[in-house]
Amino acid sequence: MSHAEHVNGELPHEPEKATLEGRNKVLGFWLFLGGEAVLFGTLFATFLALRGQNNEGPTAAELFSLPITAAATLILLVSSLTSVFAIQALHRHNIEKLKLWLIVTVVLGLGFLGLEIYEFYEYVVHESFNMKTSAFSSAFYTLVGFHGAHVAFGVVWISLLIAQLYRKGLTVVTAPKVYVSAMYWHFIDVVWVFIFSVVYLLGKVG
Amino acid sequence: MAHAHASSHSVKRYTGIMDWLTTVDHKKIGILYLIAGGFFFGIGGIEAILIRLQLIKPMNDLVSAQVFNELITMHGTTMIFLGVMPVIFALMNAVIPLQIGARDVAFPFLNSLGFWTFLFGGLLLNLSWIMGGAPDAGWTSYTPLSTNDYSSTHGVDFYTIGLQIAGLGTLIGGINFLATIITMRAPGMSFMRMPMFTWTAFITSAMILFAFPAITVGLVLLSFDRLLGANFFDVAAGGSPVLWQHIFWIFGHPEVYILILPAFGIISEVIPTFSRKRLFGYSSMVFATILIAFLGFMVWAHHMFTTGLGPVANALFSIATMLIAVPTGIKIFNWLFTMWGGQIRFTSANLFAIGFVPTFVMGGVTGVMLASAPADFQFHDTYFVVAHFHYVIVGGLVFGLFAGLHYWWPKMFGRMLNETLGKWTFWLFAIGFHMTFFVQHFLGLLGMQRRIVSYLPNQNFDELNFISTIGAILMGIGVLLFLANIVVTTRKPVGVAADPWEDGRTLEWSIPSPPPEYNFKQIPLVRGIDAFWKEKMAGNKEMTPSEPVGPIHMPSPSILPFVMSLGLFIAGLGFMFSTEDFSNSFMSLIFNKYIVLIVGLLITFAAMIARSLYDDHGYHIEVEELEGEGKA
Repeated sequence: MSHAEHVNGELPHEPEKATLEGRNKVLGFWLFLGGEAVLFGTLFATFLALRGQNNEGPTAAELFSLPITAAATLILLVSSLTSVFAIQALHRHNIEKLKLWLIVTVVLGLGFLGLEIYEFYEYVVHESFNMKTSAFSSAFYTLVGFHGAHVAFGVVWISLLIAQLYRKGLTVVTAPKVYVSAMYWHFIDVVWVFIFSVVYLLGKVG
Repeated sequence: MAHAHASSHSVKRYTGIMDWLTTVDHKKIGILYLIAGGFFFGIGGIEAILIRLQLIKPMNDLVSAQVFNELITMHGTTMIFLGVMPVIFALMNAVIPLQIGARDVAFPFLNSLGFWTFLFGGLLLNLSWIMGGAPDAGWTSYTPLSTNDYSSTHGVDFYTIGLQIAGLGTLIGGINFLATIITMRAPGMSFMRMPMFTWTAFITSAMILFAFPAITVGLVLLSFDRLLGANFFDVAAGGSPVLWQHIFWIFGHPEVYILILPAFGIISEVIPTFSRKRLFGYSSMVFATILIAFLGFMVWAHHMFTTGLGPVANALFSIATMLIAVPTGIKIFNWLFTMWGGQIRFTSANLFAIGFVPTFVMGGVTGVMLASAPADFQFHDTYFVVAHFHYVIVGGLVFGLFAGLHYWWPKMFGRMLNETLGKWTFWLFAIGFHMTFFVQHFLGLLGMQRRIVSYLPNQNFDELNFISTIGAILMGIGVLLFLANIVVTTRKPVGVAADPWEDGRTLEWSIPSPPPEYNFKQIPLVRGIDAFWKEKMAGNKEMTPSEPVGPIHMPSPSILPFVMSLGLFIAGLGFMFSTEDFSNSFMSLIFNKYIVLIVGLLITFAAMIARSLYDDHGYHIEVEELEGEGKA
C-alpha cells in the first residue's frame, strides 16, 4: 500500500490514483458505469418499444414542452462543465476552488431536479398523465424517473463529499471519492442527452 | 513506505458470531456463501423431490395444482439464483485471490455487502412460503401469467423484490472480481498466465456486469405493473408481454453461461492436476471462453422461437446458437487431450470432472437439437427441454461444483474429505442423475408437457416417470452422503499439507491449508503458467517471493454491509405490502403510507453515509507476528 502523501507531506499530482485503493475505486466505478449503461439501455429499449402506446391518454407531442426541457438540458450540461472545473481544481490541489465548483454543481443539479419535479407535477395534476395512464406513461415515468433518482442521489452524494472536504481536506482518501462522483455526474449527464433526444425531441416530431 | 499512522489505530477484532457478521476476509465470505448456498440448494432439492413424488404415478394428488406451480417456480428460482450462483461465488471467493497471488479482493467491504444482500434477498424470497404463498408463475415469470390478474397472491412480489435484492449482491460480486483480477495479480502473472478457473471467473464476472442490469430493469417493470399500476405488460393499456420475454432472456441466456463457465474453469483445474499434465490448449481454452461469452449475449431469442418473431429472426438466432457448439467443442477436446497419456488418478474430485465431460456433451447435443427452430416447435415446453437444461446445469454445473468442492475442500478447511464417501456420492449422484433426466428426453418426445401437475395413465408416461422419480431419490441420497462426508470430515483435526493432492499446479497450493488471513506472507513471483508446478519442476519447494517480509495492511471488519442489506430487506417488505388491505389499522398505517419502505431505505442510506464519513484505516499485521506464525 503506497501512502504517498506521507512520504514528503505533499499530495501527488493525481491524488485520486495515488493509492491502490484509489485506483481500484476508479476502475471499479468504470465497471459499475458499464452496468449502468446496460440498465439505462434496457430502459431506453422499453421506452422505444412502448412510446407510441398512449392508450387514449396524451401523446408525447401533445404533452412535452421543449422550452422547459431545453432549460433543464442546459442546466445539466453546465453542471457537467462545473464538475470538470472541480476536477481540474483537484489536480491543482486547490481545495477552495474544488469546493466552490462542487457547490455550483450541486446547485445546478438541484435546479434541474426542480424543473423535473415541476414538469412531472404539471403532467400529473393538469394533464392527467400518470403512471397508470398508458404504457407510454409508464415507460416515460420509469425512464425519466430513474434518471431523476440518479440525479437526486448524485446531489446528496456530492453534498456529503463537500462536507467531507471541509472536515478532512483533500487527501488520497477523499480525492478518489470526488473523482468517481464526477464520473458519475458525467454519466447521468450523458444519459440525459439521450433522454432529451430520444424522449423529448423524438416525441415532438412524432 | 511509511505506514505508522495506520498501525497506531486499534481495530476492534471480533470473535464468534460477530466475527462472521462483520468479516471482510474473502476466505470467510467464501465459507458464508457455501453455507448459505448449500442451505438454499437443500431447499431447492427438497422442492425437486416433491415435484418428482407428485409425478411418480398418473393422476397423483400428493400436492395441489397451486402448490405444484409454487414448487416448480421456487425450485427453478432457488436453484439458479440462491443455490448454484452462491456456491460458484463461494469457490471464487475461496480460490481466486489465492490463484492470482493476492492478499485480498479489490473491494473487501463490497464483497461482504454482496454476500449479505444475496442472503437477505434469498430469505425474502423464501419467506413467501409462510407469508401467503410462494411465486407461482414459473422461474421465468412470463407475463401476463405473472401479473395481478392471473397471480393474485404476493408470490410474484416476493419473486421481483427478493431477486432484485439478491441480484444486487451478484452484481456487486461481479464488479469486485473483475477489479480484483485486473489489478491484484501478483508480479509476473500476466493475463495469459492466469489459471483457467481465474479466467472463467473473470469472464463470468464480465457477463454478470452486462447481463444483470437487464433483469434489474425487468423486475422493476414487473413490480411497477403489479404494485404501482403501470402498464408495461398490460395489453389492454398498450403494454407488451413479449417485452418481458425479451428482457428476461437478454439476461437469462447470458445467465446460463454465467453458470457454466466457472464449471468449465473448475474442470480445467481438476483434470490437469489429476492427470499430472498441463492443460492441453490453454490459449484456445481462453479464446473459447471469451467466444462463448460473446455469443452468449447474441442468442437470447432462441428461447422465443415459438413466440412468433418470424423466420428471419428465428434463422439468425438459430445459427448463432449452433455456433456456440464450436468453442464448446474445443473445450471438450482439450479436456480429452489433457487426459490423453496422463497419469490419471480417480479421486472423487476427478470422478466428478471426468463424469462431467460425457454428461455435458449430451446436454450440448440436445442444445444443438433445440437450436434448430423448426424442431424446437416440437420440443418447446415439453420434458425434452427439461431434460436438456438439467443435463447442462446439473450434469454440467453441479458436477463441476462437486468436483471443485472435493478438490478445494482441503484448501478451504484444512481437512480432506473422505474419499470413500466421496466416491459413493459420485456414483449415486451420477447414476441417479441419468436415471432422472435421460428418460425425460423420451417423455418430452412422447408429448409430456413441462410444468404439468399430473397426467393420465396409459400414454407411455407411467414407467418413465416412475424411473425418473427413483433417480431423483438416488440423487437425494447422494447429496445426503456428501453432507455426511462434511460432518465426518469436520470432526477430524485441521492440518493437511499445503499441497494435499501433491500435484497442485497453481498458487493456492503453495500456501498453508487453510491459508492465514493475509494469504501470502510474501507476494510470490510468477514465472509461467501453472506457477507452482513450474517452481516444483525447477526443484523449489516454495514460490520465489517478489518482496521482502514486511508489515501487511488489512481492512477492518465492519457490520455496515449487514445493516445495509437488512435495510433493503425491510424496504422490500414495505414496498411489497404497500398495496395490501390490512384489517389492523396500525399495519395499514405503516405499510400503506410507505413508512416501512422509507424506514428500510433510511437504514440503508444511513449505513452508506456512515461508511463514507468514517475512513477505514485498517490495521497492520507486523513482521514479528508473521515470523511467529511462520514458526508455529
